[in-house]
Amino acid sequence: MKIQQLSLFLENKPRALRVPTRILAEAGISILTMSLADTEQFGILRLIVPDAQRAKGILEKAGAVVNVTEVVAVEVPDRAGGLDGVLAVIEKESLNVEYVYSFTARKGDRAVLVFRFDDPDKALRLLAAHGVAVVTELDGFLTPGT
Amino acid sequence: MIEQWNDTPGGFHPASAPDYLPLPQLRDLQLRRLRAIAARAYEHVELYGKRMRESGVTPDDIQSLDDIVRLPFTQKTDLRDTYPFGLFASPMPEIVRLHASSGTTGKPIVVAYTREDLQVWSSVMVRTFAACGLHRGDIIQNAYGYGLFTGGLGAHYGAEALGATVIPISGGNTDRQIMVMKDFGVTAICCTPSYFIHLIDRGEELGIDFRELPLRAGIFGAEPWTEGMRQYIEKQAGIKAYDIYGLSEIIGPGVASETETQDGLVIFEDHFYPEIVDPDTGKPVPDGQEGELVLTTLSKWAMPVIRYRTHDITAFITTPSGCGRTLRRVHRVTHRSDDMFIIRGVNVFPSQIEVALLSVEGTLPHYQIVLTREKGLDQIEVRVEVTPEIFKDTISALEGLQARISHSIERTLGLRAKVRLVEPNTIQRSEGKARRVLDQRNL
Repeated sequence: MKIQQLSLFLENKPRALRVPTRILAEAGISILTMSLADTEQFGILRLIVPDAQRAKGILEKAGAVVNVTEVVAVEVPDRAGGLDGVLAVIEKESLNVEYVYSFTARKGDRAVLVFRFDDPDKALRLLAAHGVAVVTELDGFLTPGT
Repeated sequence: MIEQWNDTPGGFHPASAPDYLPLPQLRDLQLRRLRAIAARAYEHVELYGKRMRESGVTPDDIQSLDDIVRLPFTQKTDLRDTYPFGLFASPMPEIVRLHASSGTTGKPIVVAYTREDLQVWSSVMVRTFAACGLHRGDIIQNAYGYGLFTGGLGAHYGAEALGATVIPISGGNTDRQIMVMKDFGVTAICCTPSYFIHLIDRGEELGIDFRELPLRAGIFGAEPWTEGMRQYIEKQAGIKAYDIYGLSEIIGPGVASETETQDGLVIFEDHFYPEIVDPDTGKPVPDGQEGELVLTTLSKWAMPVIRYRTHDITAFITTPSGCGRTLRRVHRVTHRSDDMFIIRGVNVFPSQIEVALLSVEGTLPHYQIVLTREKGLDQIEVRVEVTPEIFKDTISALEGLQARISHSIERTLGLRAKVRLVEPNTIQRSEGKARRVLDQRNL
């Protein structure tokens, strides 16, 4: 299953990151994981939240520029060679990875990595064919009470 | 006095004689030329003929210089709308030179000169250089751009006609400029004042102190500058810094110039008749009051320009000049009545930036132009608000967008601009309309 990721445009300046985090905090939305790509001038904040569409609406209402991108959350065995095995599949199938970052929480004995493929549907199909597990729902990452 | 040759410092060049005409003679000359040029425009240029008929005026109605107000104004848009040759009064075989300046929609404004027009142009540039104390024997480094821009060739022919030695180095290549200045014993330089400050700064880095060079005068124009910049330049370079004024639509450089007394710019009004009007009403303002400079070419044969609205704000100086010239003087131009700005000698309207932005993604985001001066060199930064339409999820895509905008601006303006992507709603809006130009150059 593809997961909806939010991408936000931020200027590279003090307190820029705090603006969306405060909006989400006030709306009671938990951030499951995030990454920040930055250049000297600007950055792209990528967020995984439980309800992407709702969060998008709230952020846009507050004036942010938000894109929804489909990513694939891949389960990676948390041991030596775990990531390498997954990347070997990706390499064998010539899947193009635009960027990757990881979840802070683990799923059982596995780490979870967020992959942005240029063709997520093809990636899902081929990963499944090689028996690589992908995350199908995000509820497991929510701690009780959020 | 006027017969004196110009071999010696302080001497007069014969071409400068009209600078000292007794006023009755000057006014008489102007009236005769005004009547002739109005008749020429009326008869040979469709637009002027039509405008004059619509206003119910004919050249015969010009009985005194004050009657000039009966003639219709000419706007920059008139020059653009008649692109390329619509305002020419001479047939092509009589035209020996074309120049062009930047326009608002990618189409430039084209101007034309007959052989006699070029002689007039040279003569007013000779008078400019002579007024700035230059003479035969001076080595003039001409760092105005050569090409369609009028600055380079205008100064070049004037300097040659003066009898000086001209180095046609054109703009750019700072280190070579400094090498030539030092090795050739340059005594005067022509360029924009901001570029000269850049030269001083670069010279410092190279360990070259301009105060120790033979350089003694700078003929600076093509962009607005201030008294503060003059003081800085004169102190740092040990030279006299003169302000000159001109515009392609009228002739190029050589419309007005400071003189050795540096107390305002004399307008070479035997060729370019000046008026100062209220920019809103178009009515003349009392002498000494600030208003928009309006110019009429009194002798330009290939392309007469009648009552041209320069949008440059200035005022006549009512006290007599210390240099003895009888020509009227104006204060230096530091601002305009429209939103045009001048950067590195190039005229830019915000609408040109709009065209460039629009051509990139087909949408026009909110934007702002920020002008700064770094190390004496004007910088232009275009801030563009990121919208959902242009926002992409990867750094490379956004950097690609920046590069495309930058290229588009460079294609439109011929200038490299820094593009900065900013968050939505961060560009200041006043009364619903964004402030398009933020000039932080402290002019």
